[in-house]
Amino acid sequence: MRSARWGRMAGTLSGLVVTLFGLVLVTFLIGRVMPIDPVIAIVGDHAPDDVVARVRGELGLDRPLYVQFAIYLGLLLQGDLGRSVMTSNTVVEDIARYFPATIELASVAIVIATVLGVPLGVLAAVRQGSRLDQAIRVLCLAGHSIPIFLLALLSLLVFYATLGWVPGTGRADVGYEGMDPVVTGFLLIDTLLAGDMDPFKDAAWHLVQPAGVLAYFSMAYIARMTRAFMLDALAGEYVITARAKGLSAVRVIWRHAFGNIAVRLVTVLALTYAGLLEGAVVTETVFSWPGLGQYLTVSLLNADMNAVLGATLVVGLIYMALNLLADVAYRLMDPRVS
Amino acid sequence: MLVEIRNLTIAFPTAQGMSAAVRSVSLDLGAEKLGIVGESGSGKSLTARALLRLLPPAARVSADVLRFDGIDILSASERDMRRVRGKRAGLIMQDPKYSLNPIMTAGAQIAEAWANQRHASRREAAEAAIDLLAQVQIRDPRRVAGMYPHEISGGMGQRVMIAMMLAPDPELLIADEPTSALDATVQAEILRLMEDLVSRRGMGLILISHDLPLVSHFCDRVVVMYAGRVVEELQAGALAQASHPYTRGLLECLPTLSHPKARLPVMARDPAWLS
Repeated sequence: MRSARWGRMAGTLSGLVVTLFGLVLVTFLIGRVMPIDPVIAIVGDHAPDDVVARVRGELGLDRPLYVQFAIYLGLLLQGDLGRSVMTSNTVVEDIARYFPATIELASVAIVIATVLGVPLGVLAAVRQGSRLDQAIRVLCLAGHSIPIFLLALLSLLVFYATLGWVPGTGRADVGYEGMDPVVTGFLLIDTLLAGDMDPFKDAAWHLVQPAGVLAYFSMAYIARMTRAFMLDALAGEYVITARAKGLSAVRVIWRHAFGNIAVRLVTVLALTYAGLLEGAVVTETVFSWPGLGQYLTVSLLNADMNAVLGATLVVGLIYMALNLLADVAYRLMDPRVS
Repeated sequence: MLVEIRNLTIAFPTAQGMSAAVRSVSLDLGAEKLGIVGESGSGKSLTARALLRLLPPAARVSADVLRFDGIDILSASERDMRRVRGKRAGLIMQDPKYSLNPIMTAGAQIAEAWANQRHASRREAAEAAIDLLAQVQIRDPRRVAGMYPHEISGGMGQRVMIAMMLAPDPELLIADEPTSALDATVQAEILRLMEDLVSRRGMGLILISHDLPLVSHFCDRVVVMYAGRVVEELQAGALAQASHPYTRGLLECLPTLSHPKARLPVMARDPAWLS
C-alpha cells in the first residue's frame, strides 16, 4: 500500500516536471515567434544599425533558437527570469512586487465567492423549482453573463461616484501609500504588522469593490456548479437511506449529499481561484490595481519579452500548483481514490 | 394494527395531467410478514415508501387512512415522521452499491443510525455498530466496520444495510427488492438472515419483490399488485387457490423440474384488469 502510494506520487511529480518543461518551451517559443523585435523595443526605432546589431548580440538573439532556449532554461533553473526593459528591475523582483496585490485581491474574492456561492447553490438545489431557486438563478445568470468590465464600471459609477460608499481605484489612498514598510507585499498584512489601523482600514476599503466584483462573477459560477452537483447527489439512493434512518434534513443535506460533492467542488474552487490569480486583467485595469494582470498587460504592450515570459510562467505554475492541490484533496477526501 | 392503508392513491403530474401510479390500495399489517409482488411499475415500491413519506416531492398522495401504529402519516409533522423513520420503521433498498453512502465507512453509517435519537458517545455508537455487524453474521465485524462500501461485496453491503436499519430496534422493516442485485446463493442467505432477525424480534416485515414463489416462501401473506392496484391477497400457503388471472398467469409462467414444459406460456393481458 505504502510503496504504491509513493509510486503514484513519483508518477505525479514526474508528470509535473514534463508539464513544466512543456510550459517553458511553449511560452519561450511564443515569445520568440511574435512579430515584435525586442531589440527595437530597447534601442528605439532610429538607432543606428551597428547599435542594433550589438544589442542583439548582447541579448544572445543572434544565436540559434535552441541555444537561446538552453541559455534561458539554464538561467531559469537558477531562478533568473532576466531583466525587464520597462522597469529595469529583474523580472523576479517585479513579480515579487506585483503578485502580492493580485494574490490579496484574488484570495479575498474567492473567499467571498465561496462563502456565498456554495450555500446559495445548495439552497437552490434543495428548493429546486421554487421561487428562491429562480431568484438565485437570475442572480447567477447576471453575474455570469454581464461582462466583467461593465460590472466593474457600473460598480464604480454606483458605489463610488454616486453613493460614495467605497473609495475609487488603486490599492490605497495617496496619503497612505508607502507609509508602512513592505514586508510581505500584502497590504492588509503589512499595515497590520505596522500596527496602524487607519492604513489597514483604508486598504480594506479599497479592496472591497474590486474583490466584490470578482467575487460576484466567481460566485455565479460556483453557485451554479454547486447546484448541479447537489441535484445529482440529492437524487442518490443513499440520500433516501439517510432519510429512512430518520436523520435531520440538515444532516441529510450537508453530511450525506454535500459530503459526496465536496471533492468535485474543491476542483471547481481551485480552478476558479487559479483563474482569479492569473490576474483578473480587466478588473485590475479598471480599478488601477497594480497586480500581475496589469503588469502582464503593460509588459506585452511594451514588447517587454522577459517580463511577459516570466509572468506567463508564474501563471502557469499557479495553475499547476492548484491542480496538484485539488488532486491531493481528492485523494484525501474520496476513499474510492485511495 | 401496525399499518393500516385504505384507498391509497399516488399520482404524479405529467404533461398529460395527473397520472396515478397507485390506485386505491388497501392493506393491513400486524407483526407479520407480508409480501408485495408485482411487476416493475405496479406501484409496490411507491406504496411502501408512502408509508415512510419518502416519495419524490412531485408525488401527490391521498388516502382515506394511512396510519402507522395509529400515527396519521398524511398529517404528521416532519418531526413526527423522523421519529417513525429513525426509530420505528426501516427501509432496505435494492442495491447496496447505491443505497450506502460511498464516502462513509460501514461502521460510521451504522453508528449514525444507532446514535440518532439516542444520547450516546461516539465510542458507544462505534461499539454498537460492531455488535450489530456481528448480529448480521459478519465474521470479522471490526474490520468490516472500517471498510468503505466500494470495498465490500453486494451480499456484505446488504448485511450492512440490514444492520443499519435494525440499529434503532424498529417494529417494521420494509425490504424493497432486497436481493434482486445479488447472486442466487447470496439471495437465500440474506433472506434467511432477514427472516430470522424479524421473527426473533417479533417485527413486521414488508417484503417487496417480483418473485412470487420466493415471497410466498418467506412470508405469511402475499399481496399481488398490477398497474397500481391490489388484484389479489392470499395466504402464502394458498397460492394454488389464486383466482385472479394475472396471478394464475404468473404461476403458470414458472418452469418446474418435476413437470417440464417444452414451451412456457406467455401471459395474455386483459385490458379489463386495468379498470
